[in-house]
Amino acid sequence: MDPIVRITSPTVVIDQSDIDTDQIIPARFLTTTTREGLGQALFADWRYREDGTADPDFVLNRPDAEGRSILVAGNNFGCGSSREHAPWALADYGIRAVISTEIADIFRSNALKNGLLPVEIPAELHRWLLANPGAEVTIDLESSVLKLPDGREHEFRIEAFARYCLMQGTDQLGYLLGQENAIERFETTRPWKP
Amino acid sequence: MNADEVNRPQTLFEKVWESHIVVPETDETPAVLYIDLHLIHEVTTPQAFSVLRERGLQVRRPDLTLATMDHSTPTTPVHTLADIEVVGSSAANQIRQMETNCREFGIDLLGFDSDSRGIVHVIGPELGATQPGKTIVCGDSHTSTHGAFGALAFGIGTTEVGHVLATQCLLQRRPKTLAIEVDGTLPPGVSAKDLILAIIGEIGVDGGTGHVIEYRGEAIRSLDMEARMTICNMSIEAGARAGMIAPDETTFEYLRERPRSPRGEDWERALARWRGLVSDEGAEFDRTVRIDASALAPMVTFGTNPGMVVPVTDTIPTGTGGSLAKALSYMELEGGKPIAGTPVDVVFVGSCTNSRISDLEQVAGLLRGRRVADNVRMLVVPGSQRVKQQAEDRGLDEIFRAAGAEWRESGCSMCLGMNGDTVPRGKLSVSTSNRNFEGRQGAGARTVLASPLTAAAAAIAGHITDPRPFLDGD
Repeated sequence: MDPIVRITSPTVVIDQSDIDTDQIIPARFLTTTTREGLGQALFADWRYREDGTADPDFVLNRPDAEGRSILVAGNNFGCGSSREHAPWALADYGIRAVISTEIADIFRSNALKNGLLPVEIPAELHRWLLANPGAEVTIDLESSVLKLPDGREHEFRIEAFARYCLMQGTDQLGYLLGQENAIERFETTRPWKP
Repeated sequence: MNADEVNRPQTLFEKVWESHIVVPETDETPAVLYIDLHLIHEVTTPQAFSVLRERGLQVRRPDLTLATMDHSTPTTPVHTLADIEVVGSSAANQIRQMETNCREFGIDLLGFDSDSRGIVHVIGPELGATQPGKTIVCGDSHTSTHGAFGALAFGIGTTEVGHVLATQCLLQRRPKTLAIEVDGTLPPGVSAKDLILAIIGEIGVDGGTGHVIEYRGEAIRSLDMEARMTICNMSIEAGARAGMIAPDETTFEYLRERPRSPRGEDWERALARWRGLVSDEGAEFDRTVRIDASALAPMVTFGTNPGMVVPVTDTIPTGTGGSLAKALSYMELEGGKPIAGTPVDVVFVGSCTNSRISDLEQVAGLLRGRRVADNVRMLVVPGSQRVKQQAEDRGLDEIFRAAGAEWRESGCSMCLGMNGDTVPRGKLSVSTSNRNFEGRQGAGARTVLASPLTAAAAAIAGHITDPRPFLDGD
């Protein structure tokens, strides 16, 4: 994974709340055994019409969406299933951060392990971002600050260890494997065994 | 730890959480949490096994790993390997990959040759592997089901599946707690499914985000284990990763002499420990919500998330809100009209929410001597091969067939349509499953979530209807 320090991009906006992981990637694409190439299936039922052609009205199909890597979405983004295919699809498509007023727990946890930044912001800033698609924003991971083009800044919360790993470009498994002594001690000294 | 800390009243969640801390959390690092039971299935594990291979790692505790196949499996009989191909080559490949992964990493797989195969959240409890006080995870959001036993059980992503396979641990920040106190008792014809739908309608699909729910109160205590599983199962639909219910005599009676339950002296020791798994008097929750069960009616969803729900006797809400309008447009429903009377094309009885023997008994009770309406396709999919056998031993399969319903092998099936069991585009399905998201049961499918009784009533009537009049004379 490449280290992340800051991301700057015009936003792409989907002004809809409770976007669930079945919308992000429908279940019929989950029969894969790899994590590659899922960007094609991102928002498949919104992006493509019944005959498989791109729906020109869907925001990601508009010419100006090309290359934009920050998604602004309605409240409670990523609710529903635990499928990590959702952040895999977003990341593979080229999205590097999702901004919302609230991001569902499992999606957030999965996103943080795939170089996709979940950024939660207050309602007022969110309303402005929804109303101004294409606004160029910067997400500075080092300072955990979201910067709007009008100069406003917001310090967002991000789990400290996940942030550290993202900035180092490392994953969390190495750290867990390093806890082997503590894990073995726990297993041998716990009062009951599962 | 000082004396005050030791004596501080604790919630059920805190007791389970704290007894599994391998390394405490700090500002810089999450807690290392030990996992007692890791449930795995074919859809969310292949990429995790690939990581183990890339790094030359083993599965640390295959003995604490329970594997089955449920999501992309056919619900038509599988006699030979060729029979799995009906699900399509990609899904069939995933099934074969699961068999290879389990064989290579030394994990027992409850596969097609096992009479214990089934939906992962049905077989864990059924086999007695799900027990009070355990930490249980699975790459599946409905892992919350197992909290019905007083376990801390939650869904994880595939990267975390890899973490548990390799280390039997997870990195976790401690969540907040939400008490849902359910007073009163459920009226006749109103089930656990109606209660959890009403709760989600009340607190919203993000009402539990960041929290572990504990369901408490008179109404919860009076539920049997299968009903409690239905409640905890849908905790995730309120945004909560986990839901818990303190174990009691109902729990212990359910677990007694299950295949993986403790035996003899071990059983007595386990019981003594399990009896302590209650929230102490005076334990504090971050939030509390109260619900009156006695005021509830059968519930049905009208929109595209489980929080968009009304009593079956009500009208569809009106309003100009963007998400309501979009949802009603997708559902082809009109605000202000009664939800009852809406024509139904498909009825699905199944899923980790409502596919256990008591669910099938309720459906059979309504279907006995009646017919599924001519224009309705009804699919009944048991939660496990054991449930299937139980149902057949009781003759329920004959009732379903005689009524005109299809009786299938176990699996997730039409809940998410990964195996080809789908609802056609534009068709309306009344489903005992857990998600009415756009396209959940197939691209363009319209889903109405309901209890097994309401689903059975819809199948007979051919439209959405209150199941209670069908119960008269039973």
